[in-house]
Amino acid sequence: MTGTELLPGASPTLAALVVLAVVVLEAGLLHAGYGIVEDRLGPVVFKRIARR
Amino acid sequence: MLGLLGLSPGLFALFVVFGFMVGVFFGFFGMGGSFLVTPALLILGYPAPVAIGSSMTFVFGTAVIATLKHHDSGQVDYRLGGLMFVGIALGIEGGSRLVFGLEALGIADAVVGVAYVLVLAAIGLLFTRSALNDDGDEDETDDGGEADESSDDDVPAIAQRIQSYDIPPMMTLADGQQASLWTISGVSAGVGVISGFLGVGGGFVRMPAIYYVIGTSLAAAVGTSLFTGLLSGGVGAFTYGRAGVIDLGIVTALLVGSALGARIGSGATAYVNEDDVTIYFGVMLLVASAAVALGEGARWLSMPVLDQVSFVLLVGSALFVCSIILYHGALAVRRERGPSSV
Repeated sequence: MTGTELLPGASPTLAALVVLAVVVLEAGLLHAGYGIVEDRLGPVVFKRIARR
Repeated sequence: MLGLLGLSPGLFALFVVFGFMVGVFFGFFGMGGSFLVTPALLILGYPAPVAIGSSMTFVFGTAVIATLKHHDSGQVDYRLGGLMFVGIALGIEGGSRLVFGLEALGIADAVVGVAYVLVLAAIGLLFTRSALNDDGDEDETDDGGEADESSDDDVPAIAQRIQSYDIPPMMTLADGQQASLWTISGVSAGVGVISGFLGVGGGFVRMPAIYYVIGTSLAAAVGTSLFTGLLSGGVGAFTYGRAGVIDLGIVTALLVGSALGARIGSGATAYVNEDDVTIYFGVMLLVASAAVALGEGARWLSMPVLDQVSFVLLVGSALFVCSIILYHGALAVRRERGPSSV
């Protein structure tokens, strides 16, 4: 799915800006989401590695 | 959801795994995006503009994530990164004009191909030699400790010599080192020319240039290189986005993997002794140089099999170094948090 398909009829500049905004949003959500996972699972993973 | 993204579950999983590997590279070395992703997409049969545009957008997204992570560790020099971006943007313009000039002479492909091979080989040799020298030095002084925090010792000798030439105006870097604005401008423009000339993101030139010429710690070089890559990747993604060739499905799948990989790679910089991995990075660049040479050979000799060998070499060496980073990361965690250290 491209920006053109996401916003049919929109100007190229707007479509490009929307694509960038979607990518930044995805990046932010993934960073935050994995951050929560890291906080929850990080200590457990570290303990398991240290024990081996 | 996968239907919405236009990818089959198998392809989505493949991109997630590939993205993870690239993310580890990005987080640890501050490079490794476009020169791995673009050939992979081309081999999978995507048209060149879609492969380059999607790869560039993915690099932008990963740079956002990795910069956020390095920001948390205070390893990004925003002032240096912003300043470099200006020089790099001008350099890219100069580099691309050089390519158009060579194209008019009908020798662009050959010159760019040979230059790419030489640049990768030169940087690979630089890292390998530096790692071997460090090993020699450490044999005399190493007490087996963990990765050092930022200090003068983190700045390579060549950068310390360059910093000793006091050519005003001087700029204080985030880690307290002094660098001449002339050096920073020259390095940025040079990196931009190489980036524009070779048509690559340029992280593999930018990060070593910050480390070896401007003279920061390796961790700061990685963080700052990522921030600069974020800015230039954003401009590139915008340009390709205007042409409507960015496949958001590919970018999303790669980002899901790279976001995790970048966290682990960035986190590993705090545990892994850089010298343990630098030599593998140098060797990987040398292998990448051979892979690109094979790719060029495939075109000149009309032997597509060389293209596949080139791809296997590129991805194989990257996978090997990625595993080495994870292995050394696990070892360092055991050393630091194992029963003997408690």
